Amino acid sequence: MTQPLSFQKMILALHDYWSERGCAILQPYDMEMGAGTFHPATTLRALGPDAWNAAYVQPCRRPTDGRYGENPNRLQHYYQYQVILKPSPPDLQELYLGSLAAIGVDMGLHDIRFVEDDWESPTLGAWGLGWEVWCDGMEVTQFTYFQQMGGFDCKPVAGELTYGLERLAMYIQNKDNVYDLAFNDAPKGQGGVTYGDVFLENERQMSTWNFEVANTDALFDLFRKAVAECENCLSAGLPIPAYEQAIKASHSFNLLQARGVISVAERQAYIGRVRDLAKGACAAHMTKNGWAA
Amino acid sequence: MSDFLLELRSEEIPARMQDKARDDLARLFAAELAKAGLTAGAVDTYATPRRLVLIARDLPLATEAVSEEVKGPKSSAPPQALDGFLRKTGLTREQLVERDGVLFAITERPGRATADVLAEAIPAIIRGFPWPKSMRWGADSVREDAVRWVRPLQGIVALFGEAIVPVEIGGVTSGATTLGHRFLHPGAITIGSAVDYAEKLRACHVIVDQQERRDLIRARATALAAEAGLVLVQDEGLVAENAGLTEWPVPLLGRFDAEFLSVPPEVIQLTARVNQKYFVCRTPEGALANAFVCTANIEASDGGARIVEGNRKVLAARLSDARFFYDTDLKVPLAEQAAKLDKIVFHEKLGTVADKVDRVAKLARWLVEEGIVKDADPDIAERAARLAKADLVTGMVGEFPELQGLMGGYYAAAQGEDPRVAAAVRDHYKPVGQGDDVPTDPVTVAVSLADKLDSIAQFFAVDLKPSGSKDPFALRRSALAAIALILENRLRFPLETAVKSDVLEFFADRLKVQQREAGVRHDLIDAVFALGGEDDLVRLLARVHALQAFVGTEDGVNLLAGYKRAANILKKEGAPTDIAPVHAGATGLGYDPEPAEAALIAALDAAEPAAARAVAAEDFEGAMAALATLRIPIDAFFDAVTVNDADPAKRTARLALLGRIRQAVHGVADFSRIVEPSR
Repeated sequence: MTQPLSFQKMILALHDYWSERGCAILQPYDMEMGAGTFHPATTLRALGPDAWNAAYVQPCRRPTDGRYGENPNRLQHYYQYQVILKPSPPDLQELYLGSLAAIGVDMGLHDIRFVEDDWESPTLGAWGLGWEVWCDGMEVTQFTYFQQMGGFDCKPVAGELTYGLERLAMYIQNKDNVYDLAFNDAPKGQGGVTYGDVFLENERQMSTWNFEVANTDALFDLFRKAVAECENCLSAGLPIPAYEQAIKASHSFNLLQARGVISVAERQAYIGRVRDLAKGACAAHMTKNGWAA
Repeated sequence: MSDFLLELRSEEIPARMQDKARDDLARLFAAELAKAGLTAGAVDTYATPRRLVLIARDLPLATEAVSEEVKGPKSSAPPQALDGFLRKTGLTREQLVERDGVLFAITERPGRATADVLAEAIPAIIRGFPWPKSMRWGADSVREDAVRWVRPLQGIVALFGEAIVPVEIGGVTSGATTLGHRFLHPGAITIGSAVDYAEKLRACHVIVDQQERRDLIRARATALAAEAGLVLVQDEGLVAENAGLTEWPVPLLGRFDAEFLSVPPEVIQLTARVNQKYFVCRTPEGALANAFVCTANIEASDGGARIVEGNRKVLAARLSDARFFYDTDLKVPLAEQAAKLDKIVFHEKLGTVADKVDRVAKLARWLVEEGIVKDADPDIAERAARLAKADLVTGMVGEFPELQGLMGGYYAAAQGEDPRVAAAVRDHYKPVGQGDDVPTDPVTVAVSLADKLDSIAQFFAVDLKPSGSKDPFALRRSALAAIALILENRLRFPLETAVKSDVLEFFADRLKVQQREAGVRHDLIDAVFALGGEDDLVRLLARVHALQAFVGTEDGVNLLAGYKRAANILKKEGAPTDIAPVHAGATGLGYDPEPAEAALIAALDAAEPAAARAVAAEDFEGAMAALATLRIPIDAFFDAVTVNDADPAKRTARLALLGRIRQAVHGVADFSRIVEPSR
């Protein structure tokens, strides 16, 4: 048996695979966000008639999922590999399965299943139909045909693949604990590091900050300022900076949630606020490009 | 005659939609055939994750030729009439046929090839398919007329006999080629006809028949558990779901770390079933075992060892999270959790959950102190109510909302609360829906009933009542649950003391719904409700039961007929409903009553007090029996006596007598509400 891919090799293999299939390989967006879908290369590019094929890694921040580094597979910061293909190609499932083979998943040994999961993002005013892809019972990818984004019908429909990189790596490397994953390929003692070497302390400190320390007054202030700035950008006819502010508001809201200072009743109101910002940015983006709804 | 095969192959169809999709396919197909005047011998439908299949047997090769005749003008009619008829039919004079001086247009419509009918039917079926959710895909999705399907449609096999029925829709062209199992037989396969379809696919690792896959999963999972010395917890929902996720189901048994068994079994079962679609097993002694059965979709080259190992890991991660929540929750006393409920809004008009808990606690205490719920300690009931909702803020219920109540019960017990408190916390949401167990433990009954009455009364008070199909706060279900609690535990109290009048009407409606299943007639409930003042549900229902038994007897049927006759006469004669009935025997009459009249008066004299006594004693069978004694005298009276006598004194007295019949009957139930039984 060949050596399983390290975490970084797996990313490189996916880059290679999708690069060979015509995707633009982008870099992560330099803002905190909860999912790769928030990257403008997905959200804004899903709008309008133009073809668009891209792949990228996106670090995701989900403050409430932090476990102080003590849970073997829950993290407040992790990586998604995101592929968007527009219009969705007819052989998207085969392309996807090819990518699994490319990172070393043996489909003669593993049980790959497409299990119904209709995707919806209340904060983006978006929905689509598809599946969560299971590998031996574990969800490793979200597979979605976008039907709407920012409240607008996707014309044409884009196919979105969101791989959970840590989970896939745990499969490929046969590890029970995310922190035991080989991050690179150097042997131990000669520069070889595990995922834990890279991120464990980060998880501990960030969990403490997310749950216990973050200044909630400052976060409420950030939220309000992002909302105001988004509106400022929209009135200046600048959808992309407006969308960035929507992402900022969304992340501030996620942090406030982790701090437990948003009640159940308020929660819907905050989500609605972020959705309005995201929808406003999408609408402005449509207008600026001259696309009919 | 020939068989027709239709396979609509797509990307994976959600398991839960497959059964209805088969029904819809059969229905739409039959409708399309019917339009062309065709019927098939037998129609079978099948569904796998990747295909929806219909096989119709013994279809004729063509539709029957039809001869249509349209009657025209007489041959002697003026030319204008003839011209009009020719225009309408598009024929010439020479093509018309004359019979008995009348012209007829005869159109011969030849039979159509069934293949042509099918070629039109397939796109119509696809376009009209009622998927619960459907989607657009690919480059065509920009078009307004883009085909919608549950997931992208990939291929169509349409064979009538051995011939391809040519169809093109949404970029998919029909043919004889399909695909086998996604991983076990990835290549294309060519189907000969409906006859070899299932067997060809089986050879390519696809079991087309969902029933066969279900049987296989059930049998194999059961056997695997038995081989491990365990008993499978049967779950038909899981059988069907796994059959809807696999074309070649391979159940596999795995073990998880026994240490996780410290987590409540319901949690393990729930996470295994809901999140992972696994079966769980019990030991022969009945305890949950540290084993699961997953259903793979492949025969793996290592016999499934890696698959089992992978699934074990996923379950371990889930259980590890569950145990984390459980252990964390256990450390916080429920009373401390309950204090956080003032942060959760129950409803914007009704304050927080803490406010609700406070009301429920007081009401539960009141129900016990008033003796409505007997054999309970008011302090215990109040304590239980104050802790009942505390688990809503626990980590476990945050993760698995459907475990509300159950987890609170576990935490209460583990934290040394009185067992009655723990039981009430656990079960106070019950009964959930008809058929659910109705609590009987007095403390639980008090908390559960208080919870439901509070929700109903509070939402009604701010005018958020159910209307039409809208019942966002599930108040109808709450009322049904309250009724079930009251009846099951024979709780005796006038509802009016607990709720307002609009709520009372609402309860009457729910009672009818609830009793319909038990076969109790709603008109009889109306008949008792209409008397007014009866809001003790236990007594009301006892009365209705007695009434229902009575109106089913010959006496009952005849008495009802006599009552209606009396009521009709009173109505026709315009007699006021409050007409002074005749009392105190026949002596008060200013004339000699006829024998049947005197007999009826005597019968009423006896029956009225007897019925009243029986009602007071809640002996409703007795009350009905008292009424039954009126039947023969009433019949005899109507046979022998003329009400509408020429003598105004007699007429008045007899109308008054009819009024008395009505009044006597109304002492038991308002018979005017009873719908004449169909005989």
